[in-house]
Amino acid sequence: MTVLAVTEHRRGELRDPSFEVVTAGRELADALGTDLHLAVIGGDVEGFADRLNREGVDAIHTVAEGEEFNHDVYTQAVTAMAEAHDPDAVLMANTVNGLDYAPAVAGALDRPLVTDAVAFDADGTLEVTREQYGGKVETTVEVDADRFALTIRPAEWPAAEGTGDAEIAEFDFDLDESAVRSDVKGFEEVGAGDVDISEADVLVSIGRGIEEEDNLPLVEALADALGATLSSSRPIVDNGWLPKNRQVGQSGKVVTPDVYIAIGISGAVQHVAGMKGSDTIIAVNTDPNAPIMDIADYAIVDDLFDVVPELIEEFGGEAP
Amino acid sequence: MKILVTVKEVAQVDDEFEIDGLDVDERYLEYDLNEWDDYAVEEAVQLSEANDDVEVVTVTVGPERSEETVRMALAKGADRALRVWDDTLAGAEFLDVSTKAELLAAVVEEEDPDLVLSGVQADDDSFGATGVALAERVGFEWAAVVNDLDHDADANVSNVRRELEGGVEELTEVEGPAVLTIQTGINEPRYASLRGIRQAQRKPLDVLGLDDLGLDDSVVESPVALTSMYEPESEGDAVVWEGSAEETAGELATFLREKGVVEG
Ligand SMILES: Cc1cc2nc3c(=O)[nH]c(=O)nc-3n(C[C@H](O)[C@H](O)[C@H](O)COP(=O)(O)OP(=O)(O)OC[C@H]3O[C@@H](n4cnc5c(N)ncnc54)[C@H](O)[C@@H]3O)c2cc1C
Repeated sequence: MTVLAVTEHRRGELRDPSFEVVTAGRELADALGTDLHLAVIGGDVEGFADRLNREGVDAIHTVAEGEEFNHDVYTQAVTAMAEAHDPDAVLMANTVNGLDYAPAVAGALDRPLVTDAVAFDADGTLEVTREQYGGKVETTVEVDADRFALTIRPAEWPAAEGTGDAEIAEFDFDLDESAVRSDVKGFEEVGAGDVDISEADVLVSIGRGIEEEDNLPLVEALADALGATLSSSRPIVDNGWLPKNRQVGQSGKVVTPDVYIAIGISGAVQHVAGMKGSDTIIAVNTDPNAPIMDIADYAIVDDLFDVVPELIEEFGGEAP
Repeated sequence: MKILVTVKEVAQVDDEFEIDGLDVDERYLEYDLNEWDDYAVEEAVQLSEANDDVEVVTVTVGPERSEETVRMALAKGADRALRVWDDTLAGAEFLDVSTKAELLAAVVEEEDPDLVLSGVQADDDSFGATGVALAERVGFEWAAVVNDLDHDADANVSNVRRELEGGVEELTEVEGPAVLTIQTGINEPRYASLRGIRQAQRKPLDVLGLDDLGLDDSVVESPVALTSMYEPESEGDAVVWEGSAEETAGELATFLREKGVVEG
């Protein structure tokens, strides 16, 4: 009986969620009254294992197979580990790579899967708190099984700290090469450009509330009047209205300005991941229940097409 | 070549709403094609336009109401549609990841596609797991969060870009038959033309029940159950400026001046 938490790394670095699954894994192991084991797969497994040997970790299993994440390798390795140690829970992070292997692990082990947990309670049966409808409502999902798989939302649990005294051992495992049918060729950085929004002190950020490309000059005028930099949520970039280097969020840029003005942005988790470190967050949104309201310091619940022209005027600019 | 696209009709919640039991009250829901699936449909249709003899089939698991959404996909160029539903599915309280994967796997076995495209996630429950779970079940290769696809139809090999965190993309080669989960921004989904909408009415849309798929009722049995839904307690303590647009803009302006963001 154990909890098996799977860690992640990229280009030689452990990723933050690796330390978060340790915290969540310990929490779950305590609730189940069991041990916490970690899986470290690929890359510098010894160096990674040393760094992951934090308080509360009982054992670390390493598999030195490949340099980078490959979902076929991860799926096989985690499945084999779970078969060998029969953990109650296989815990993974709901990262982009989590999306790429966690469902396969759950499937291979024939275990129920609940993804993107923001909290859980394991007194008796597992009860997972999730969000639905873009964060407008919360749900609880019960898993009536003593073997399950779970992914946790990044940045919801703090990184594990302290030094542990886990047993670190290589996990003996034969990879079935013929079942590795995906081949990671490399990486590329995208979204560089003339403006670095992560350096800006003040960001005027626009979301789908702007409706049409033709309306963009309105927020550009506001940014000008404020001497601010213009950024956006993903749909604006998807539509090709602004270049990729303006996108704030999980797959865009992480920004930490003094002031972040979110206009017509709902506050989806992947957007919030990129801007929640802003010093002061101001939301302009017609929807009083938009999730952005939960992290905003100041808010205007009104139509941006009414508010923004007034603001531009306040600062001596001219609305287009 | 045959491309199967999994599509889902998702509900969006109005600004003001009430919860009734385990869901938002029907009155406050509006239905639409899942955003991610719209990009998946477009990618399939573009592949069919770029290659000879490509059939694009959509499959959805959903009630009759979802046919409207499915017809949209047909109007955009899919050739035919399958809808999986029957009384047993209608009576099930919650279709978990493994149930959906099993239903879709039965369709894959029936249709034998060369490529399956699905959205990264559904905008309503955001499990983000169906595509990869399906791939595992049918023994297909897969790639999740694909924002660029270069498909070699002869070799059935896909060169994809997977959009990772922080503006990094992974370049991966995937052997077919494969399931790819499609990220928004991969293309520009077209609008359905009036002609397309008319043609869609005549395209086949078949409804399949568990019997047709060779499955029995046990497929809906699941240890995963939705047990409650509620409005999250606002953790925020946002100061909400009230009044007319002129007044609230004035408040914000004063704040920005006091903060020293703008002078004067
Ligand atoms: C793997 C993955 C990675 C992702 N990465 C990112 C990322 O990096 N960045 C990102 O932003 N998203 C990302 N997303 C997408 C994210 O899930 C959301 O789809 C997106 O953030 C929504 O953008 P939005 O808030 O602009 O649009 P919506 O969610 O549609 O919100 C629009 C808002 O505007 C408001 N509004 C509408 N009209 C008006 C008006 N006239 N006046 C005022 N308010 C109005 C509405 O009330 C609503 O709240 C990612 C998704 C996935 C699956």
